[in-house]
Amino acid sequence: MADVLQILPQQLVFGLALGTVYGLIALGYTLVYGILFMINFAHGEIFMIGAYVGWWVLSWLLQAQVGGLHPVWVVPLMLVHAMLFAGLLGVLLERFAYRPLYMRGATRLGPLISAIGASIFLQNAVMLTQGARMKVYMTSLLFPRTWRFQVAGVSVSVLVLVMVGVAAVMMWGLHLLVQRTSLGRSIRAVAEDREMAAIMGVNIRRVIGVTFFLGSALGGAGGVLVGLYYTQIDFFMGYSAGLKAFTAAVLGGIGNIRGAMLGGLILGLIESLAVTFMNPAYKDVVAFAILILTLVFKPTGLLGETVSDWEKV
Amino acid sequence: MLKLVDVVTHYGPIRVLKAVNLEVRAGEIVCLLGGNASGKSTTMKTILGVVRPTAGTVEFEGQRIDRLPTESIVRRGISLVPEARRIFARMTVWENLAMGAFTRQKAPPGELAEDFERVYALFPRLSERQQQPGGTLSGGEQQMLAIGRALMARPRLLLMDEPSMGLAPALVDQVFDIIQAINRQGTTILVVEQNATVALSIASRGYVLQNGRIVVHDTAAALLGADHIRRAYLGEN
Repeated sequence: MADVLQILPQQLVFGLALGTVYGLIALGYTLVYGILFMINFAHGEIFMIGAYVGWWVLSWLLQAQVGGLHPVWVVPLMLVHAMLFAGLLGVLLERFAYRPLYMRGATRLGPLISAIGASIFLQNAVMLTQGARMKVYMTSLLFPRTWRFQVAGVSVSVLVLVMVGVAAVMMWGLHLLVQRTSLGRSIRAVAEDREMAAIMGVNIRRVIGVTFFLGSALGGAGGVLVGLYYTQIDFFMGYSAGLKAFTAAVLGGIGNIRGAMLGGLILGLIESLAVTFMNPAYKDVVAFAILILTLVFKPTGLLGETVSDWEKV
Repeated sequence: MLKLVDVVTHYGPIRVLKAVNLEVRAGEIVCLLGGNASGKSTTMKTILGVVRPTAGTVEFEGQRIDRLPTESIVRRGISLVPEARRIFARMTVWENLAMGAFTRQKAPPGELAEDFERVYALFPRLSERQQQPGGTLSGGEQQMLAIGRALMARPRLLLMDEPSMGLAPALVDQVFDIIQAINRQGTTILVVEQNATVALSIASRGYVLQNGRIVVHDTAAALLGADHIRRAYLGEN
């Protein structure tokens, strides 16, 4: 037991890092759900493709033998490319896989099944074009293993700080965008009452497109951070990460932006505790037990609205 | 200014508007009367393009608007005070008014500030509650917010759907005084009402809608004076 308590602070640091990234990915689910009441099950694949784009950028820099690789400019470069690519992919997905369905008044099930189809399509597209074998992120070239320091006996790597920092800045940025700008107000208006938003002069399709872009871009950024952290990526990584982030979104209250961040943090911390106190093999069991328990006992999540969304359809 | 010619609108297979002919001239207050399910709200939604007419035309300032998306129709200068207010409950009073000015983002900030002042002058209660979520306001205050929100767009034509519904009698008079004041400042108004007497007292002309057709059309004074019409169509004794 004493051993466990010794590694606990260390595990909590990992949990915090993991949790902020879960939160970042969860925002993609929650933003889309907030305005369309649909679960974008292809979001995990968008996250995975973000990880690949980051890997391409890093590999290209290494192959081109660009000197002086330093995370200060390399990480932002990877993030920007991954976010743009993932964002545009999200917009295309909405335009061609979901909009034709919900515009024709399909039931909620239509876009959902289309999303599962898109998810399978994207996984296989990446497998066929990039190969089924995993790719390795050369993280150690950017963040040497010696870049770590001790805080109260806990060893914290610079990479973990960068992950938490990037995720926190992006969440804060999204929060400001949604709460303080005219674009954010129009997103909230569409989420609350789509017809009235149109009557205010809001172009609903554009707002839906922008929302997909934002959510997908955050997912893409999450892909880069996870790639850097775990150093191995493959075409299937979006499946479990997507489900975890979905769990985080449900736990926090799907449709609620602060809820997604909170749910991500809680899930990350619980997972790290599970790894500490139980057989690490049960990590995913614990995560999905949380999903089931939330759905059974508090379907609206921690910060969710009490309004039943079934009534809105 | 606004002209509906032989407008037919369906909800699925159901023909809700069968032949609506209606005209609103610049500067007027026109009143559209009718009982429940007569098609009043559908007429409003058809004008705004929220539902599409299956036949007939809608013209605004000489141009057809019945094929345009809602946001383009709104940008031409039509605002709505909807039935049951439908303010954005989770947004603050200030944010609701800002949403009303959504089509005018390129307006100089000074102009927008003036419009906020104008709405706050009309409804001092809203000024006191700027940072309060719309959902926490009383029914009357929400109605004021819905009217203020519509005015923020600086509409040339204001559509009002049952502005007196659910309000205390004293408040109804106040709302109709404000409608008159807005009209005197140069906004043309088409108001849908069940409360015929109050609505006709401020209108210049009135239309009576029944089962999706305009059945009577006359000056407000004539409609107010014609007992048989009020009994037959407006459900009054």
